[in-house]
Amino acid sequence: MISINGKEFQYEPGRTILDAARDAGIYIPTLCYHSCLPTQSACRLCLVEVEGARTLCASCSYPVRNGLKIQTDTFRVLRARRMILELILQSHKLNCVLCDKNGTCELQRIAYDMGIEDSRFGSRSRGDIYDDSSFSIVRELDQCVLCGRCVAACSEMMVNGAIGFTGRGSDSRVSTAFFEPLKDSSCVQCGACVAACPVTAIRDKRSERMGRSFEMKKTSVVCPYCGVGCTFELNSRDNKFIRVTMDEPSYVNGIMTCVKGKFGLDFINHPDRLTKPLIKENGTFREASWDEAYGLIAEKFLTIKKEYGSDALAGFSSSKCSNEENFLMQKLVRCVFGTNNVDNCARLCHASTVAGLKRAFGSGAMTNSIDEVEKSDVILVTGSNTTETHPVIGSLIKRAVRYGKTKLIVVDPRKIELVDYSDIWLRQRNGTDVAWLNGMMNVILSEGLADMDYIKERCTGFEEVAEIIKRYTPEYVEKISGIPADDLIEAARLYAKAGRSAIYYSMGITQHTTGTDNVLSIANLAMLTGNVGIEGGGVNPLRGQNNVQGACDMCALPNVLPGYQDLTNPELRGKFERAWGVTLPDKVGMGVVEILNAAARGDVRGLYVFAENPMISDPDTNHVREALGKLEYLVVQDIFLTETAQLADVVLPSTCFAEKDGTITNTERRVQRTNKALDPPGEARADWKILCEVAGACGYDMDYGHPSEIMDEIATLAPIYGGMSYDRLGEQGLQWPCTDKDHPGTKFLHKGKFSHGKGIFHNIEYKPPAEVPDEKYPFVLSTGRMLYHFHTGSMTRRSFTLDATVPEGYVELNPLDADRLGVKEGDYVNVRSRRGEIRTKAQVTDKVDVGSVFIPFHFAEAAANVLTNPVLDPIAKIPELKVCAVAVEKAE
Amino acid sequence: MVNGSADEVDTFIRTLISYRSMDRTKTIEILQLVQHKYGYISRDIVSSISRHLRKPEIEIMGIATFYEQFRFNKPGDHTIKVCEGTACHVKGGAAIGQVLERELDVGHGETTKDGMFSLERVACLGCCALAPVLVMDENIHGQMDTSRLTKLLGKYKKGEVS
Ligand code: SF4
Ligand code: SF4
Ligand code: SF4
Ligand code: FES
Ligand code: FES
Repeated sequence: MISINGKEFQYEPGRTILDAARDAGIYIPTLCYHSCLPTQSACRLCLVEVEGARTLCASCSYPVRNGLKIQTDTFRVLRARRMILELILQSHKLNCVLCDKNGTCELQRIAYDMGIEDSRFGSRSRGDIYDDSSFSIVRELDQCVLCGRCVAACSEMMVNGAIGFTGRGSDSRVSTAFFEPLKDSSCVQCGACVAACPVTAIRDKRSERMGRSFEMKKTSVVCPYCGVGCTFELNSRDNKFIRVTMDEPSYVNGIMTCVKGKFGLDFINHPDRLTKPLIKENGTFREASWDEAYGLIAEKFLTIKKEYGSDALAGFSSSKCSNEENFLMQKLVRCVFGTNNVDNCARLCHASTVAGLKRAFGSGAMTNSIDEVEKSDVILVTGSNTTETHPVIGSLIKRAVRYGKTKLIVVDPRKIELVDYSDIWLRQRNGTDVAWLNGMMNVILSEGLADMDYIKERCTGFEEVAEIIKRYTPEYVEKISGIPADDLIEAARLYAKAGRSAIYYSMGITQHTTGTDNVLSIANLAMLTGNVGIEGGGVNPLRGQNNVQGACDMCALPNVLPGYQDLTNPELRGKFERAWGVTLPDKVGMGVVEILNAAARGDVRGLYVFAENPMISDPDTNHVREALGKLEYLVVQDIFLTETAQLADVVLPSTCFAEKDGTITNTERRVQRTNKALDPPGEARADWKILCEVAGACGYDMDYGHPSEIMDEIATLAPIYGGMSYDRLGEQGLQWPCTDKDHPGTKFLHKGKFSHGKGIFHNIEYKPPAEVPDEKYPFVLSTGRMLYHFHTGSMTRRSFTLDATVPEGYVELNPLDADRLGVKEGDYVNVRSRRGEIRTKAQVTDKVDVGSVFIPFHFAEAAANVLTNPVLDPIAKIPELKVCAVAVEKAE
Repeated sequence: MVNGSADEVDTFIRTLISYRSMDRTKTIEILQLVQHKYGYISRDIVSSISRHLRKPEIEIMGIATFYEQFRFNKPGDHTIKVCEGTACHVKGGAAIGQVLERELDVGHGETTKDGMFSLERVACLGCCALAPVLVMDENIHGQMDTSRLTKLLGKYKKGEVS
């Protein structure tokens, strides 16, 4: 028991007086304290009187213990607090009239509560630095109260280290390393400092004076970009998006985001947004009514179905849209089109994960949770440039390494940012992953580091694998992969000896003709060391799109029904047939790349593309264009007239993430609610509504009043979502499997036992990539993402900050190669493969090895996928986007 | 003092850190040793320490700017130290400092564009009797006033003293 202001309260050990007071509903003002940041103890505003203590104590750092007697509002406390506040106010330019923070400013609130209008010491504003060099952030040091929150956010939370305190005493201020403008510093515009600042000394630049905090409607939304699934408050006013704030820390990301979520959402208001259905006539679009568009789609699709059969139709679902919408899309294709030709862009990123992990563990998702990053003893990151593609997880990894006990192994052909934090970096040749993975296992086995009890008890198939692995000695692996034998041995020991080792991977592993093999090898390695089914361990594929996990869970996939239920199983199919009142096709359908091939052959004639852009995202653009051109009927449902929509016969204007309710499943299987903040522009309609109406026009009744009703249907059909409903999801969401109403959700998978019983080892031999460099095409090209853009750029390139920061595409070229080709930084080069050629700017950097080049795929005018090789992994049908051979030469 | 190229600086710092098994806790010691060798803490130096200690540049600058002992500009051919102690202050030391800043167009801790003078503020030099005091390189000049100051600078500028 402790007593606060004479009343007795229970307390939890290990917490502070401030925590205890807040739990008890007693207000203590604070300025430098933030629940998501390490304690600063800088402002002293939180002073309280503790019986027996000589001086007043800062409650934010004073641990509670039994019997403490605390007073929060004695005369002594109030007098001291008043004095401190006046000193603080002295250095803060009081400007509430013009301040965007008006209403949520923490300083304003404290001054208001204490009835202080101004500092009796006058103003000490020193005409200090005003820095608006950054595209997204303004720093105005005359507003700064030196609380230190931005510094903690930048260095200790995000581990970006762009700003810090310099100088001392009255010269002390927040600055960049060499006092340069923020734009020239190492700032990555993550916005954490903005979110952390209690006042307005670091603020959002693009929305300055577009509305004060108290005028905003704030809606909690899930970020529309990557699979981390950050949530934040979308501020709007008069149905216009204004800015993103994080007044209430959210469950997954606290107050962390990356630049895309924080400053990359202005595409919402973009004038290019589609507002009316478009119908193509004689090669040009005209505006049309919804009824006309629906009528036409129904007529064309039903005719094709009648004349050529159901399998002449196909649909691409969207991993950017909600679970409910993906559920409806696959329902539309299966029930109305009558085919299983439905797929989503997971095909292009993690199809091999789903295939591989399903085989090995019985479940194709990230085994563990994001908040376990800091619990791992060793993290092995391979084929994931985490700090750019999943920046919040990237920051957690950096934090675990820099401030925690975690050791980091990076295996990547590129010298990515995480290499700077790694204990060991293995630079393998592109496409040699099975070799080094087998090599690590070889070392672990021969040194007796394998977890034999775990293998015996929980896995099968180990003996054969052990046989194969014998050949992969470190020396042999060195020959294939270029990884020095000693480094491999060291990495293997580090990984195997730690108590909890986690593997994080992404497209560098999956986008290969051996994608499934790579994933299976990773699974082998994790099982060999007993690292699956424990907290802080696991095999963790980081999913790309914000809802690519959900699109897969809803099984907008050609071979499974919602909840990964095998559609060739008559019993499971029967369950769906009864619920939907149709006979479902029992033949496994085609995936994205196969559908396009079939279209090129004339076998698929009608295609419904739901918020996808295969023209940019899929390999071999010229082939995609040809295939789409051959279609009899192409329907595209999207928010912009994308490169794909331009080829369509009908374009349906839909809503963006902020204009509808729904649920989104992030990379850690967490189903989170996202809420409608804005009305859609013009006549655009919510995607789930459109899909229902299309089904209706085709004569199939799909009627729901609200997405929550769709979720209720999902819960009855897909056992892994069985316990979910909008009411239960609340603020934190739930992680599947969540099988019934009382199930708390699942933090990490395979505890005690694998989803399908025993973990299965697979025999995997190394196979070289499909296309290797030769004399004519001497460079290895890999494609991928970068921090400031996303996917095909249709959203990010319409967001001011992102577009201004990186306005055009580029190719990364090693300095030695650049020298040989006579190319300097910023020169244009032609990059050519057997399939096409693009012109783009050279970025000379030792990030890529000699003989390798890297091109981000977001830029339509220099589309990397003109070059890529559409050969597929035989099991997962994922194309080899990470290796192809190209030639590079200086352009005129 | 040595003038080092970025590469040379980097090699020096790398060896310093690895051979003396310096780690992150020894940032100040490293800064001192490097300043001793190069005379000041340049950007290259900070970048290099940051790389080898795996600590962001801003943290190194944060430490370096906290202590008076570090300088961030290449010292001029001549270093002028103006005493800021109480006695000197009372006798007009601050004015001397201001005149210098104006004349040379530099702030404290900076070096003139031509690289001839750098200006520093120091605490009591222990010769208060001569206040206000200024030290040019190793020579103490007492009872400074504006005209003596101008004369003194003139001598150096004309190259009469070096
Ligand atoms: S935006 Fe991010 S990286 Fe830039 S200063 Fe703020 S916290 Fe640091
Ligand atoms: S800029 Fe804001 S967060 Fe940073 S120290 Fe100043 S008041 Fe605190
Ligand atoms: S893109 Fe990913 S990391 Fe960035 S804010 Fe969105 S969900 Fe978070
Ligand atoms: S809130 Fe406790 S010292 Fe600032
Ligand atoms: S105060 Fe200047 S020498 Fe003592």
